[in-house]
Amino acid sequence: MLAMKRTQGRPIFQRVFVVLLISTFGLLVVQNIQTFGSLQDYGLKPVTSREFGGFLLSFLIGASAITFSLPLGIALALGRTSKLPFLRGASTTFIEFIRGVPLITLLFIASTLLNIFLPPGSNFDIVMRVVIMVTLFASAYIAEIIRGALSAVPTGQAEGAASLGLNYWQTQRLIILPQALKISIPGIVSTFIAVFKDTTLVSIIGLLDPLGLANNIRADSAWTGIVWEIYGFAALIFFIFCFAMSQYSMWLERQLKTDHH
Amino acid sequence: MKKTSEETAIHIDGLNKWYGAYHALRDINLTVARGERIVVCGPSGSGKSTMIRCINALEAHQEGEITVDGTVLSSDLKNIDTIRSEVGMCFQHFNLFPHLTILENCTLAPIWVRKIPKAEADATAMHFLEKVKIPDQAHKYPGQLSGGQQQRVAIARSLCMKPRIMLFDEPTSALDPEMIKEVLDTMVALAEDGMTMICVTHEMGFARQVADRAIFMDQGQIVEENTPELFFENPENERTKLFLSQILGH
Ligand SMILES: Nc1ncnc2c1ncn2[C@@H]1O[C@H](COP(=O)(O)OP(=O)(O)OP(=O)(O)O)[C@@H](O)[C@H]1O
Ligand SMILES: [Mg+2]
Repeated sequence: MLAMKRTQGRPIFQRVFVVLLISTFGLLVVQNIQTFGSLQDYGLKPVTSREFGGFLLSFLIGASAITFSLPLGIALALGRTSKLPFLRGASTTFIEFIRGVPLITLLFIASTLLNIFLPPGSNFDIVMRVVIMVTLFASAYIAEIIRGALSAVPTGQAEGAASLGLNYWQTQRLIILPQALKISIPGIVSTFIAVFKDTTLVSIIGLLDPLGLANNIRADSAWTGIVWEIYGFAALIFFIFCFAMSQYSMWLERQLKTDHH
Repeated sequence: MKKTSEETAIHIDGLNKWYGAYHALRDINLTVARGERIVVCGPSGSGKSTMIRCINALEAHQEGEITVDGTVLSSDLKNIDTIRSEVGMCFQHFNLFPHLTILENCTLAPIWVRKIPKAEADATAMHFLEKVKIPDQAHKYPGQLSGGQQQRVAIARSLCMKPRIMLFDEPTSALDPEMIKEVLDTMVALAEDGMTMICVTHEMGFARQVADRAIFMDQGQIVEENTPELFFENPENERTKLFLSQILGH
Protein backbone atom coordinates (compact mmCIF):
# COMPACT_ATOMS: atom_id res chain seq x y z
CA MET A 1 0.00 0.00 0.00
CA LEU A 2 2.76 2.37 0.91
CA ALA A 3 4.74 1.41 -2.15
CA MET A 4 1.77 2.25 -4.33
CA LYS A 5 1.37 5.64 -2.75
CA ARG A 6 4.98 6.58 -2.75
CA THR A 7 5.02 8.24 -6.15
CA GLN A 8 2.12 10.56 -5.61
CA GLY A 9 2.03 14.21 -6.50
CA ARG A 10 3.29 13.72 -10.00
CA PRO A 11 0.91 11.00 -11.33
CA ILE A 12 -2.07 13.34 -11.71
CA PHE A 13 -0.03 15.40 -14.11
CA GLN A 14 1.51 12.43 -15.81
CA ARG A 15 -1.89 10.87 -16.32
CA VAL A 16 -3.31 14.07 -17.75
CA PHE A 17 -0.33 14.34 -20.05
CA VAL A 18 -0.61 10.79 -21.36
CA VAL A 19 -4.32 11.09 -22.07
CA LEU A 20 -3.61 14.41 -23.74
CA LEU A 21 -1.05 12.82 -26.03
CA ILE A 22 -3.34 9.94 -26.93
CA SER A 23 -6.28 12.14 -27.75
CA THR A 24 -4.16 14.58 -29.74
CA PHE A 25 -2.96 11.64 -31.73
CA GLY A 26 -6.55 10.41 -32.12
CA LEU A 27 -7.67 13.79 -33.39
CA LEU A 28 -4.83 13.92 -35.87
CA VAL A 29 -5.73 10.48 -37.19
CA VAL A 30 -9.35 11.49 -37.64
CA GLN A 31 -8.31 14.71 -39.29
CA ASN A 32 -6.09 12.91 -41.74
CA ILE A 33 -8.18 9.83 -42.20
CA GLN A 34 -8.65 10.58 -45.87
CA THR A 35 -4.91 10.64 -46.45
CA PHE A 36 -4.63 7.05 -45.28
CA GLY A 37 -5.44 5.91 -48.79
CA SER A 38 -4.43 2.38 -48.01
CA LEU A 39 -7.36 2.00 -45.63
CA GLN A 40 -9.55 1.65 -48.70
CA ASP A 41 -7.68 -1.50 -49.56
CA TYR A 42 -9.19 -3.03 -46.43
CA GLY A 43 -12.67 -2.14 -47.53
CA LEU A 44 -12.85 1.09 -45.50
CA LYS A 45 -14.26 4.06 -47.33
CA PRO A 46 -13.23 7.61 -46.52
CA VAL A 47 -16.09 9.44 -44.82
CA THR A 48 -16.75 13.14 -44.50
CA SER A 49 -17.28 14.62 -41.09
CA ARG A 50 -20.99 14.99 -41.80
CA GLU A 51 -21.23 11.23 -42.23
CA PHE A 52 -18.99 10.40 -39.32
CA GLY A 53 -21.24 9.36 -36.48
CA GLY A 54 -22.63 7.12 -33.80
CA PHE A 55 -20.88 6.43 -30.53
CA LEU A 56 -17.53 6.97 -32.22
CA LEU A 57 -18.51 10.62 -32.61
CA SER A 58 -19.66 10.84 -28.98
CA PHE A 59 -16.44 9.28 -27.75
CA LEU A 60 -14.30 11.47 -29.94
CA ILE A 61 -15.98 14.70 -28.86
CA GLY A 62 -16.33 13.58 -25.25
CA ALA A 63 -12.79 12.28 -24.83
CA SER A 64 -11.16 15.25 -26.55
CA ALA A 65 -13.23 17.79 -24.67
CA ILE A 66 -12.55 16.04 -21.37
CA THR A 67 -8.79 15.85 -21.86
CA PHE A 68 -8.26 19.33 -23.25
CA SER A 69 -10.66 21.06 -20.88
CA LEU A 70 -8.74 19.97 -17.77
CA PRO A 71 -5.43 21.74 -18.56
CA LEU A 72 -7.32 24.69 -20.00
CA GLY A 73 -9.52 24.83 -16.91
CA ILE A 74 -6.44 24.77 -14.66
CA ALA A 75 -4.89 27.62 -16.66
CA LEU A 76 -8.11 29.64 -16.43
CA ALA A 77 -8.42 29.04 -12.70
CA LEU A 78 -4.83 30.16 -12.12
CA GLY A 79 -5.49 33.14 -14.39
CA ARG A 80 -8.56 34.14 -12.45
CA THR A 81 -6.71 33.96 -9.13
CA SER A 82 -3.63 35.70 -10.55
CA LYS A 83 -2.36 39.02 -9.24
CA LEU A 84 -1.91 40.35 -12.79
CA PRO A 85 -5.00 42.46 -13.58
CA PHE A 86 -4.99 41.72 -17.33
CA LEU A 87 -4.77 37.97 -16.86
CA ARG A 88 -7.41 38.03 -14.16
CA GLY A 89 -9.74 40.18 -16.25
CA ALA A 90 -9.33 38.07 -19.37
CA SER A 91 -9.91 34.79 -17.53
CA THR A 92 -12.93 36.13 -15.65
CA THR A 93 -14.51 37.51 -18.82
CA PHE A 94 -13.96 34.27 -20.69
CA ILE A 95 -15.34 32.09 -17.89
CA GLU A 96 -18.39 34.25 -17.29
CA PHE A 97 -19.15 34.53 -21.00
CA ILE A 98 -18.96 30.79 -21.61
CA ARG A 99 -20.97 29.94 -18.51
CA GLY A 100 -23.60 32.50 -19.44
CA VAL A 101 -24.24 30.97 -22.85
CA PRO A 102 -26.01 27.65 -23.47
CA LEU A 103 -23.96 24.92 -25.12
CA ILE A 104 -26.40 24.82 -28.03
CA THR A 105 -25.63 28.44 -28.82
CA LEU A 106 -21.94 27.63 -28.87
CA LEU A 107 -22.63 24.71 -31.19
CA PHE A 108 -24.55 26.94 -33.57
CA ILE A 109 -21.68 29.38 -33.47
CA ALA A 110 -19.42 26.48 -34.39
CA SER A 111 -21.57 25.32 -37.26
CA THR A 112 -22.60 28.63 -38.82
CA LEU A 113 -21.21 31.80 -37.31
CA LEU A 114 -17.61 30.66 -37.29
CA ASN A 115 -17.54 30.51 -41.09
CA ILE A 116 -18.19 34.23 -41.23
CA PHE A 117 -15.14 35.02 -39.15
CA LEU A 118 -12.76 32.50 -40.67
CA PRO A 119 -10.83 33.62 -43.75
CA PRO A 120 -12.76 32.74 -46.92
CA GLY A 121 -11.91 29.42 -48.43
CA SER A 122 -10.62 27.94 -45.20
CA ASN A 123 -11.98 24.48 -44.63
CA PHE A 124 -12.11 24.02 -40.89
CA ASP A 125 -13.54 20.64 -40.08
CA ILE A 126 -16.96 20.73 -38.43
CA VAL A 127 -16.10 17.97 -35.92
CA MET A 128 -12.96 19.87 -34.98
CA ARG A 129 -15.00 23.04 -34.49
CA VAL A 130 -17.47 21.22 -32.27
CA VAL A 131 -14.65 19.67 -30.24
CA ILE A 132 -13.17 23.12 -29.66
CA MET A 133 -16.51 24.57 -28.57
CA VAL A 134 -17.33 21.71 -26.22
CA THR A 135 -13.79 21.96 -24.79
CA LEU A 136 -14.17 25.67 -24.14
CA PHE A 137 -17.58 25.04 -22.60
CA ALA A 138 -16.28 22.37 -20.24
CA SER A 139 -13.13 24.31 -19.37
CA ALA A 140 -15.12 27.25 -17.98
CA TYR A 141 -16.94 24.96 -15.56
CA ILE A 142 -13.77 23.09 -14.64
CA ALA A 143 -12.01 26.40 -14.02
CA GLU A 144 -14.62 27.43 -11.48
CA ILE A 145 -14.47 24.07 -9.72
CA ILE A 146 -10.67 24.32 -9.49
CA ARG A 147 -10.81 27.95 -8.38
CA GLY A 148 -13.02 26.89 -5.49
CA ALA A 149 -10.58 24.12 -4.63
CA LEU A 150 -7.60 26.49 -4.85
CA SER A 151 -9.12 28.70 -2.19
CA ALA A 152 -9.80 25.64 -0.04
CA VAL A 153 -6.05 24.92 0.19
CA PRO A 154 -4.87 26.70 3.37
CA THR A 155 -2.70 29.80 2.81
CA GLY A 156 -0.11 28.17 5.06
CA GLN A 157 0.70 25.79 2.22
CA ALA A 158 1.83 28.56 -0.10
CA GLU A 159 3.70 30.20 2.78
CA GLY A 160 5.42 26.96 3.69
CA ALA A 161 6.50 26.52 0.08
CA ALA A 162 7.62 30.14 -0.19
CA SER A 163 9.62 29.90 3.03
CA LEU A 164 11.60 27.06 1.42
CA GLY A 165 12.45 29.19 -1.60
CA LEU A 166 10.09 27.58 -4.13
CA ASN A 167 8.97 30.04 -6.82
CA TYR A 168 5.40 30.68 -7.97
CA TRP A 169 5.25 27.94 -10.60
CA GLN A 170 6.94 25.33 -8.42
CA THR A 171 4.55 26.18 -5.60
CA GLN A 172 1.50 25.87 -7.83
CA ARG A 173 2.63 22.70 -9.56
CA LEU A 174 4.09 20.79 -6.62
CA ILE A 175 2.08 22.02 -3.64
CA ILE A 176 -1.15 23.83 -4.45
CA LEU A 177 -2.50 22.13 -7.59
CA PRO A 178 -2.06 18.51 -6.42
CA GLN A 179 -4.10 19.36 -3.32
CA ALA A 180 -6.65 21.45 -5.21
CA LEU A 181 -7.12 18.82 -7.93
CA LYS A 182 -7.68 16.17 -5.29
CA ILE A 183 -10.42 18.29 -3.72
CA SER A 184 -11.99 18.93 -7.12
CA ILE A 185 -12.12 15.33 -8.34
CA PRO A 186 -15.86 14.86 -7.66
CA GLY A 187 -16.75 18.17 -9.28
CA ILE A 188 -14.50 17.62 -12.28
CA VAL A 189 -15.85 14.14 -12.90
CA SER A 190 -19.43 15.42 -12.65
CA THR A 191 -18.57 17.96 -15.32
CA PHE A 192 -16.98 15.27 -17.47
CA ILE A 193 -20.06 13.09 -17.19
CA ALA A 194 -22.31 16.02 -18.09
CA VAL A 195 -20.13 16.91 -21.06
CA PHE A 196 -20.13 13.36 -22.32
CA LYS A 197 -23.91 13.25 -22.22
CA ASP A 198 -24.14 16.71 -23.76
CA THR A 199 -22.32 15.46 -26.84
CA THR A 200 -25.74 14.24 -27.96
CA LEU A 201 -26.68 17.88 -28.54
CA VAL A 202 -24.61 17.89 -31.71
CA SER A 203 -27.49 16.19 -33.49
CA ILE A 204 -29.12 19.62 -33.48
CA ILE A 205 -26.50 20.96 -35.86
CA GLY A 206 -26.87 17.92 -38.06
CA LEU A 207 -24.06 15.68 -36.85
CA LEU A 208 -24.91 12.03 -36.47
CA ASP A 209 -24.43 11.34 -32.80
CA PRO A 210 -26.14 8.19 -31.39
CA LEU A 211 -29.47 9.99 -31.03
CA GLY A 212 -29.21 11.55 -34.47
CA LEU A 213 -28.54 8.10 -35.84
CA ALA A 214 -31.49 6.71 -33.92
CA ASN A 215 -33.77 9.16 -35.69
CA ASN A 216 -32.37 8.09 -39.06
CA ILE A 217 -32.89 4.45 -38.18
CA ARG A 218 -36.47 5.04 -37.13
CA ALA A 219 -37.11 6.81 -40.39
CA ASP A 220 -36.12 3.65 -42.26
CA SER A 221 -39.23 1.60 -43.09
CA ALA A 222 -37.35 -1.66 -42.53
CA TRP A 223 -37.03 -0.73 -38.87
CA THR A 224 -40.57 0.43 -38.11
CA GLY A 225 -41.82 -0.45 -34.68
CA ILE A 226 -38.33 -0.74 -33.24
CA VAL A 227 -37.96 2.18 -30.87
CA TRP A 228 -37.37 0.91 -27.39
CA GLU A 229 -34.34 -1.19 -28.41
CA ILE A 230 -32.54 1.69 -30.12
CA TYR A 231 -32.91 4.18 -27.29
CA GLY A 232 -32.47 1.50 -24.67
CA PHE A 233 -29.16 0.51 -26.21
CA ALA A 234 -27.96 4.13 -26.39
CA ALA A 235 -28.98 4.66 -22.76
CA LEU A 236 -27.18 1.49 -21.70
CA ILE A 237 -23.91 2.49 -23.37
CA PHE A 238 -24.09 5.99 -21.91
CA PHE A 239 -24.82 4.56 -18.49
CA ILE A 240 -21.89 2.15 -18.65
CA PHE A 241 -19.44 4.89 -19.50
CA CYS A 242 -20.78 7.45 -17.06
CA PHE A 243 -20.92 4.89 -14.28
CA ALA A 244 -17.36 3.83 -15.05
CA MET A 245 -16.21 7.45 -14.81
CA SER A 246 -17.88 7.93 -11.46
CA GLN A 247 -16.40 4.68 -10.13
CA TYR A 248 -12.97 5.76 -11.35
CA SER A 249 -13.31 9.06 -9.54
CA MET A 250 -14.17 7.29 -6.31
CA TRP A 251 -11.23 4.92 -6.75
CA LEU A 252 -8.92 7.87 -7.40
CA GLU A 253 -10.13 9.65 -4.27
CA ARG A 254 -9.37 6.56 -2.20
CA GLN A 255 -5.91 6.33 -3.78
CA LEU A 256 -5.11 9.92 -2.91
CA LYS A 257 -6.31 9.76 0.66
CA THR A 258 -3.34 10.48 2.91
CA ASP A 259 -4.74 11.23 6.34
CA HIS A 260 -5.60 8.79 9.10
CA HIS A 261 -6.44 5.31 7.92
CA MET B 1 31.85 47.64 6.62
CA LYS B 2 32.91 44.28 5.27
CA LYS B 3 33.67 43.01 8.73
CA THR B 4 30.21 43.86 10.03
CA SER B 5 28.43 42.18 7.11
CA GLU B 6 30.28 38.95 7.86
CA GLU B 7 29.40 38.97 11.53
CA THR B 8 25.90 40.29 11.10
CA ALA B 9 23.22 37.78 10.12
CA ILE B 10 20.26 40.16 10.09
CA HIS B 11 20.19 43.90 10.16
CA ILE B 12 16.87 45.74 10.37
CA ASP B 13 17.01 49.49 10.04
CA GLY B 14 14.04 51.82 10.56
CA LEU B 15 11.44 49.22 9.56
CA ASN B 16 7.87 50.44 9.23
CA LYS B 17 4.92 48.44 8.00
CA TRP B 18 1.29 49.28 7.46
CA TYR B 19 -1.71 47.07 6.74
CA GLY B 20 -3.80 49.65 4.93
CA ALA B 21 -4.10 52.44 7.48
CA TYR B 22 -3.06 50.21 10.39
CA HIS B 23 0.52 50.86 11.49
CA ALA B 24 1.65 47.31 12.32
CA LEU B 25 5.40 47.86 12.81
CA ARG B 26 6.87 51.14 14.06
CA ASP B 27 10.53 52.01 13.65
CA ILE B 28 11.98 48.58 14.27
CA ASN B 29 15.77 48.50 14.60
CA LEU B 30 17.42 45.17 15.27
CA THR B 31 20.79 43.65 14.58
CA VAL B 32 21.32 39.94 14.98
CA ALA B 33 24.88 38.66 15.05
CA ARG B 34 25.81 35.35 13.46
CA GLY B 35 25.16 32.53 15.91
CA GLU B 36 23.02 34.70 18.14
CA ARG B 37 19.74 33.37 19.57
CA ILE B 38 16.95 35.86 20.09
CA VAL B 39 13.60 35.32 21.74
CA VAL B 40 10.73 37.66 20.92
CA CYS B 41 7.68 37.91 23.12
CA GLY B 42 4.79 40.27 23.57
CA PRO B 43 1.00 40.38 23.70
CA SER B 44 -1.21 39.12 20.87
CA GLY B 45 -1.35 41.55 17.97
CA SER B 46 1.88 43.30 18.93
CA GLY B 47 3.49 42.54 15.56
CA LYS B 48 5.84 39.65 16.43
CA SER B 49 4.75 37.49 13.52
CA THR B 50 4.68 40.45 11.19
CA MET B 51 8.26 41.31 12.08
CA ILE B 52 9.76 37.89 11.50
CA ARG B 53 7.66 37.39 8.37
CA CYS B 54 9.19 40.58 6.99
CA ILE B 55 12.65 39.04 7.40
CA ASN B 56 11.97 36.39 4.75
CA ALA B 57 9.65 38.64 2.75
CA LEU B 58 6.48 36.69 3.44
CA GLU B 59 5.20 40.19 4.21
CA ALA B 60 6.31 43.21 2.23
CA HIS B 61 7.40 46.27 4.21
CA GLN B 62 6.95 49.88 3.19
CA GLU B 63 9.79 51.71 4.95
CA GLY B 64 13.25 50.85 6.16
CA GLU B 65 15.87 48.37 5.10
CA ILE B 66 16.26 44.69 5.94
CA THR B 67 19.62 43.07 5.25
CA VAL B 68 19.78 39.30 5.51
CA ASP B 69 23.13 37.59 5.20
CA GLY B 70 24.59 40.66 3.50
CA THR B 71 21.78 40.89 0.94
CA VAL B 72 19.36 43.80 1.07
CA LEU B 73 15.75 42.67 0.62
CA SER B 74 14.34 44.22 -2.51
CA SER B 75 11.16 43.51 -4.43
CA ASP B 76 13.20 41.56 -7.00
CA LEU B 77 11.75 38.04 -7.11
CA LYS B 78 15.10 36.27 -7.63
CA ASN B 79 16.50 38.06 -4.63
CA ILE B 80 13.52 37.05 -2.49
CA ASP B 81 13.68 33.36 -3.47
CA THR B 82 17.42 33.32 -2.73
CA ILE B 83 16.94 34.83 0.72
CA ARG B 84 14.10 32.45 1.50
CA SER B 85 16.22 29.46 0.62
CA GLU B 86 18.89 30.70 3.09
CA VAL B 87 16.41 31.42 5.88
CA GLY B 88 14.45 28.53 7.38
CA MET B 89 11.07 29.15 8.95
CA CYS B 90 8.84 27.13 11.25
CA PHE B 91 5.20 28.06 11.65
CA GLN B 92 2.71 27.71 14.44
CA HIS B 93 0.66 25.27 12.35
CA PHE B 94 3.66 23.41 10.84
CA ASN B 95 2.47 23.91 7.22
CA LEU B 96 3.69 20.49 6.15
CA PHE B 97 2.54 19.35 2.71
CA PRO B 98 -0.19 16.78 3.41
CA HIS B 99 -0.03 15.11 -0.02
CA LEU B 100 3.67 14.25 0.31
CA THR B 101 5.37 11.78 2.63
CA ILE B 102 7.61 13.04 5.40
CA LEU B 103 10.67 12.21 3.30
CA GLU B 104 9.21 13.96 0.24
CA ASN B 105 8.39 16.99 2.38
CA CYS B 106 12.05 17.16 3.31
CA THR B 107 13.53 16.56 -0.14
CA LEU B 108 11.18 18.72 -2.23
CA ALA B 109 12.96 22.05 -1.84
CA PRO B 110 16.52 20.66 -2.01
CA ILE B 111 15.62 18.89 -5.27
CA TRP B 112 13.69 21.73 -6.91
CA VAL B 113 15.40 24.80 -5.50
CA ARG B 114 18.95 23.58 -4.88
CA LYS B 115 18.87 21.08 -7.79
CA ILE B 116 20.43 18.38 -5.64
CA PRO B 117 20.21 14.78 -6.99
CA LYS B 118 17.42 12.78 -5.38
CA ALA B 119 19.68 10.20 -3.73
CA GLU B 120 21.74 12.90 -2.07
CA ALA B 121 18.62 14.80 -0.99
CA ASP B 122 17.20 11.58 0.48
CA ALA B 123 20.40 11.00 2.45
CA THR B 124 20.41 14.56 3.80
CA ALA B 125 16.73 14.28 4.72
CA MET B 126 17.31 11.02 6.61
CA HIS B 127 20.23 12.64 8.42
CA PHE B 128 18.06 15.48 9.68
CA LEU B 129 15.08 13.21 10.41
CA GLU B 130 17.43 11.22 12.63
CA LYS B 131 18.51 14.45 14.23
CA VAL B 132 14.91 15.30 15.15
CA LYS B 133 14.51 11.64 16.20
CA ILE B 134 11.83 10.44 13.75
CA PRO B 135 13.65 8.56 10.95
CA ASP B 136 11.16 5.69 11.31
CA GLN B 137 8.28 7.93 10.19
CA ALA B 138 9.93 8.87 6.88
CA HIS B 139 7.40 7.09 4.67
CA LYS B 140 4.28 8.18 6.49
CA TYR B 141 2.13 11.17 5.64
CA PRO B 142 1.93 14.27 7.87
CA GLY B 143 -1.70 13.48 8.74
CA GLN B 144 -0.55 10.25 10.39
CA LEU B 145 1.82 11.97 12.83
CA SER B 146 1.22 13.70 16.16
CA GLY B 147 1.52 17.47 16.39
CA GLY B 148 4.90 17.33 18.08
CA GLN B 149 6.23 14.95 15.45
CA GLN B 150 4.88 17.17 12.68
CA GLN B 151 6.63 20.21 14.09
CA ARG B 152 9.89 18.29 14.31
CA VAL B 153 9.46 17.26 10.67
CA ALA B 154 8.90 20.94 9.84
CA ILE B 155 12.19 21.78 11.55
CA ALA B 156 13.98 18.97 9.68
CA ARG B 157 12.42 20.14 6.42
CA SER B 158 13.86 23.62 6.94
CA LEU B 159 17.25 22.23 7.94
CA CYS B 160 17.47 20.20 4.72
CA MET B 161 17.94 23.50 2.88
CA LYS B 162 21.02 24.07 5.08
CA PRO B 163 19.79 27.51 6.15
CA ARG B 164 22.10 29.95 7.88
CA ILE B 165 19.27 31.49 9.86
CA MET B 166 16.15 29.93 11.41
CA LEU B 167 12.95 31.79 12.24
CA PHE B 168 10.36 30.27 14.57
CA ASP B 169 6.86 31.71 14.92
CA GLU B 170 5.30 30.27 18.08
CA PRO B 171 6.35 26.72 17.17
CA THR B 172 4.87 25.18 20.31
CA SER B 173 1.69 27.16 20.88
CA ALA B 174 -0.50 24.80 18.84
CA LEU B 175 0.80 21.73 20.68
CA ASP B 176 -0.49 19.76 23.63
CA PRO B 177 1.66 20.26 26.73
CA GLU B 178 3.24 16.80 26.58
CA MET B 179 4.53 17.46 23.06
CA ILE B 180 6.02 20.87 23.75
CA LYS B 181 9.12 19.45 25.37
CA GLU B 182 10.15 17.28 22.42
CA VAL B 183 9.99 20.28 20.09
CA LEU B 184 11.85 22.54 22.51
CA ASP B 185 14.54 19.87 22.95
CA THR B 186 15.02 19.86 19.18
CA MET B 187 15.34 23.63 19.19
CA VAL B 188 17.82 23.56 22.07
CA ALA B 189 19.94 21.06 20.15
CA LEU B 190 19.82 23.37 17.14
CA ALA B 191 20.92 26.30 19.26
CA GLU B 192 23.81 24.26 20.64
CA ASP B 193 24.95 23.61 17.05
CA GLY B 194 25.39 27.36 16.70
CA MET B 195 22.40 28.18 14.49
CA THR B 196 21.35 31.83 14.28
CA MET B 197 17.77 31.84 15.56
CA ILE B 198 14.92 34.24 16.10
CA CYS B 199 12.12 32.60 18.06
CA VAL B 200 8.75 34.10 18.80
CA THR B 201 7.75 32.13 21.87
CA HIS B 202 6.32 32.46 25.33
CA GLU B 203 8.26 29.45 26.62
CA MET B 204 10.26 31.22 29.28
CA GLY B 205 12.24 28.15 30.30
CA PHE B 206 13.48 27.82 26.74
CA ALA B 207 14.25 31.54 26.58
CA ARG B 208 16.38 31.40 29.73
CA GLN B 209 18.16 28.29 28.57
CA VAL B 210 19.22 29.30 25.08
CA ALA B 211 18.53 32.96 24.36
CA ASP B 212 21.32 35.52 24.16
CA ARG B 213 18.81 38.31 24.11
CA ALA B 214 15.10 38.68 24.81
CA ILE B 215 12.95 41.25 23.06
CA PHE B 216 9.58 42.52 24.16
CA MET B 217 7.22 43.97 21.58
CA ASP B 218 4.05 45.96 22.11
CA GLN B 219 1.87 47.79 19.60
CA GLY B 220 4.32 47.31 16.76
CA GLN B 221 7.34 48.57 18.67
CA ILE B 222 10.32 46.97 20.34
CA VAL B 223 9.75 48.15 23.89
CA GLU B 224 12.49 46.34 25.74
CA GLU B 225 15.61 44.46 24.81
CA ASN B 226 17.84 42.73 27.33
CA THR B 227 19.68 39.59 28.35
CA PRO B 228 17.22 36.91 29.50
CA GLU B 229 18.42 37.15 33.11
CA LEU B 230 17.75 40.88 33.41
CA PHE B 231 14.69 40.64 31.19
CA PHE B 232 12.92 38.12 33.39
CA GLU B 233 14.29 39.06 36.83
CA ASN B 234 14.21 42.78 36.52
CA PRO B 235 12.28 44.17 33.55
CA GLU B 236 12.59 47.93 33.16
CA ASN B 237 9.44 48.65 31.25
CA GLU B 238 6.00 48.73 32.93
CA ARG B 239 4.34 46.95 30.03
CA THR B 240 6.97 44.20 30.09
CA LYS B 241 6.41 43.75 33.83
CA LEU B 242 2.67 43.49 33.37
CA PHE B 243 3.00 41.04 30.49
CA LEU B 244 5.51 38.84 32.31
CA SER B 245 3.42 38.75 35.46
CA GLN B 246 0.47 37.66 33.35
CA ILE B 247 2.19 34.83 31.54
CA LEU B 248 4.25 33.68 34.51
CA GLY B 249 1.27 34.02 36.83
CA HIS B 250 -0.46 30.90 35.51
N1 LIG C 1 -2.86 40.42 6.65
C1 LIG C 1 -3.20 41.35 7.55
N2 LIG C 1 -4.04 42.36 7.22
C2 LIG C 1 -4.36 43.31 8.11
N3 LIG C 1 -3.92 43.36 9.36
C3 LIG C 1 -3.07 42.39 9.76
C4 LIG C 1 -2.66 41.34 8.88
N4 LIG C 1 -1.82 40.53 9.54
C5 LIG C 1 -1.71 41.05 10.79
N5 LIG C 1 -2.45 42.16 10.92
C6 LIG C 1 -2.54 42.99 12.12
O1 LIG C 1 -1.24 43.36 12.50
C7 LIG C 1 -1.10 43.28 13.90
C8 LIG C 1 0.09 42.43 14.25
O2 LIG C 1 -0.20 41.09 13.90
P1 LIG C 1 0.80 39.91 14.22
O3 LIG C 1 0.23 38.69 13.61
O4 LIG C 1 2.16 40.31 13.81
O5 LIG C 1 0.71 39.82 15.79
P2 LIG C 1 1.43 38.81 16.75
O6 LIG C 1 2.25 39.63 17.68
O7 LIG C 1 2.13 37.76 15.99
O8 LIG C 1 0.22 38.21 17.54
P3 LIG C 1 -0.07 36.70 18.01
O9 LIG C 1 0.62 36.51 19.33
O10 LIG C 1 -1.56 36.65 18.18
O11 LIG C 1 0.43 35.78 16.94
C9 LIG C 1 -2.41 42.76 14.46
O12 LIG C 1 -3.13 43.82 15.01
C10 LIG C 1 -3.13 42.21 13.27
O13 LIG C 1 -4.51 42.44 13.38
MG1 LIG D 1 1.80 35.64 15.66
